[in-house]
Amino acid sequence: MVYLILKRLLQSFFVMLAVAFLAFSLFRFVGDPVSQMTGVETSVEDRERLRDELGLNDPFIFQFARFTGDLVQGDFGFSYRTREPVGEMIAKRLPATLELGTFALVISLVVGIPAGIYTALRPRGFVSQSILLVTLVGVSIPTFVIGIILIFLFGVQLAWLPTFGRNGTVDLGGWSTSFLTLDGWRSLILPAMTLGVYQLTLTMRLVRAQMMEVLRSDYIRFATARGVPYRQLYFKHALANTMVPVITIIGLQFGGVVAFSIVTESVFQWPGMGLLFLESIRFVDIPVMGVYLVVIAFFFVIVNLVVDMLYVAIDPRLRVKEAA
Amino acid sequence: MFARIWHSDAFWMFRRSPAAIVAALCAALILCGAIFAPWIAQSNPYDLSSFSLMDGFLPPAWEDGGSSRFWLGTDDQGRDMISSILYGARLSMLIGIVAMIIATVLGVGLGLAAGYYGGRFDAIVMRIADVQLALPAILTALLIDGIARGVLPSSMLENLRVVVLTIAIALSLWVNFARTARASVFVEKNKEYVQAAMIMGQRPFRVMMWHILPNIMGPLLVIMTVDLASAILLEATLSFLGIGLPADSPSLGTLIRIGMGFLLSGEWWILWVPTLFLVILVVSINILGDFLRDAFNPRLH
Repeated sequence: MVYLILKRLLQSFFVMLAVAFLAFSLFRFVGDPVSQMTGVETSVEDRERLRDELGLNDPFIFQFARFTGDLVQGDFGFSYRTREPVGEMIAKRLPATLELGTFALVISLVVGIPAGIYTALRPRGFVSQSILLVTLVGVSIPTFVIGIILIFLFGVQLAWLPTFGRNGTVDLGGWSTSFLTLDGWRSLILPAMTLGVYQLTLTMRLVRAQMMEVLRSDYIRFATARGVPYRQLYFKHALANTMVPVITIIGLQFGGVVAFSIVTESVFQWPGMGLLFLESIRFVDIPVMGVYLVVIAFFFVIVNLVVDMLYVAIDPRLRVKEAA
Repeated sequence: MFARIWHSDAFWMFRRSPAAIVAALCAALILCGAIFAPWIAQSNPYDLSSFSLMDGFLPPAWEDGGSSRFWLGTDDQGRDMISSILYGARLSMLIGIVAMIIATVLGVGLGLAAGYYGGRFDAIVMRIADVQLALPAILTALLIDGIARGVLPSSMLENLRVVVLTIAIALSLWVNFARTARASVFVEKNKEYVQAAMIMGQRPFRVMMWHILPNIMGPLLVIMTVDLASAILLEATLSFLGIGLPADSPSLGTLIRIGMGFLLSGEWWILWVPTLFLVILVVSINILGDFLRDAFNPRLH
C-alpha cells in the first residue's frame, strides 16, 4: 500500500516536471519574452540589460530550474497583456471553474449511475431504449449547442434563469462562492447542466456496459441459481463490481470537464479559468497559457492520486495482490 | 467487385438497418451538397456582389414575410441561408476530412512502426500517446493554435488560418489511430502469413503496408468514421469560440457564432438552421460509426 502510493507520487512528480517543462518551453521559445515586455522605444542596451536581469542568457538547464523553483514557490510571473501577476489572475478565476466543474460532475454521477443501472437491468424496455437514443444524440451534439439550446429554452423562452455571467457570489476569505445565495445557484444551473450533460451520457453508457458485463458473469449466474433475491443480487452483488471502474471514470472525466469548461464558460460568459485561457490564446499571452496548463495538470494529478487510493480502498483484490 | 460488396456480411447488415441507411443518405446528401456548392448555391457568401443588404433578415419561405427565393431565409447581410450553409459545410468537411486523413496517416504510421519494431521506439511513441490521451482533444487543438499564433508572424497567420486549424485538429486526433494500429499489429505480427512474409525476406515497410495493414483495416475504418465526426465537431467548436476561422470564411461553427448574436432578437433561423444542420451531419456520421463498429465486431455475427 505504502509502496503503491510512493510509486504513484513519484510518477505524479515526473508528470508535473514534464508539464512545467512544456510551460517553460512555451515561455522561452514561443515569441521573445524581452520584446513582449518592452515597448518599441526601449534601447538595445536596455533590452540587453533586461535580458541579463531575467537570466535569459544563462544556460538552459539553470533557466528551467529557476522557472520550476519559482512555480513551486507560487511565483507565476506576469501576464503580457494585463501586466498583473498570473498567480492572482488564476486565483481570482479558480473558484468559478472549480464550483462549475464540481456541480457538473455531481449532476453527471447522480443522474448517470442510476440511469446506467436501469438501462442495464431492462435493456429491451421502452424507457431504456428511449434513454439510449437520447444519449446517442447527446454524445453527438456539441457542448456549445447544448448550451445554446438551454439558453434558448430556459433563458429566452421561459425566462426562468439568467443566461450569462456569475451572479450572487459571496466572498469567503478570497474564495467567491455561488453556493450561498439563490442568485448564485440560479446562474450556476444552466452552465453546470451544459457541462454535465456530456459527462452524464458518458457515465451512463460506461455504467451500463460494465453492469451488463457483470450480469453475464458466472458468479451472478450461480447466485441466481442459488435463489438469491433479485434486489440483493443486483444492488449488492452486481453493483459492487460495477462501481470499481466507475471510480476510474470520475478520474478520467476530470479532463473532459476541464476541456469542456472552456467551451461552457465561453457560451455563458462564466468568469472562470477557461475563459481566461481562451483570452490568453487570443492575445498570445504565453505566461497565462503556461500557468493554466500547470494548474490544470496539478489538479489532474491530485484527482488521479485520490482515485488510485480509493481504488485500493474499495477493491480488496488489489490489497491481496499487494500483500502477496 | 460490386457483387462482392453486395454479398458481404457488412452490407447485408447495412440493408437490414434502417438507422444506418438514413444516416448514410443524410451524410451522402450533405457531402454532395458540400462538393457541388458552387454549382447548386444561388449566391456565393464570399462574393459581395451575389447578395444584397436589401434582402436582409428574410424569414424562411413558410413564415410571414418570407420569400420563395430564399427557402430558409437570409441573414443580416442578405445572404441566402442555404447557400451559406452549403459553403460552410464545404469548408467544415474539407477541414474535417483533411485533418482526419493526416491523423490517420500519422497515427497508423506511428502505430504500425511501434507495434512492428517494439522496444524503445514503441515506448517513446506510447508515452507521448499516453500524455496526449490525458489531454482532451479541444485542449490540444487550442494549445497548438496558440503556439502557432505565437510563432508565426501575424501577416502569415491570416492566410494560414485554415492550414493551422487543420493541423491542430489532426494532431489532436492521431492517438486513437496509433493505439489501435499498434494493438492490432501485436496480434497480427505472430500470425503465419506475416512470419512467412518476413522469412521470405521482404522489407519491413512492405510487410507493414501490404500484409499487415489490409488485415487491420476494419477497426481503423471505424475510428476514421468516428474521428471524422470529432474533427468536424472540433472545427465547429473552435470556430464558435472565435479561435478557429475568421468571420469572413464561414464554416458551420462560424455561422453558429454569428447566429448567436440573434438569439435574443427573434431571427431564430440565422442561429438554428446552421445548428440543426451541424447536428444532423455529426449524428449521421456517428450512427454510421456505431454501425460499422457492430458490423466489424465478429462476436455479434
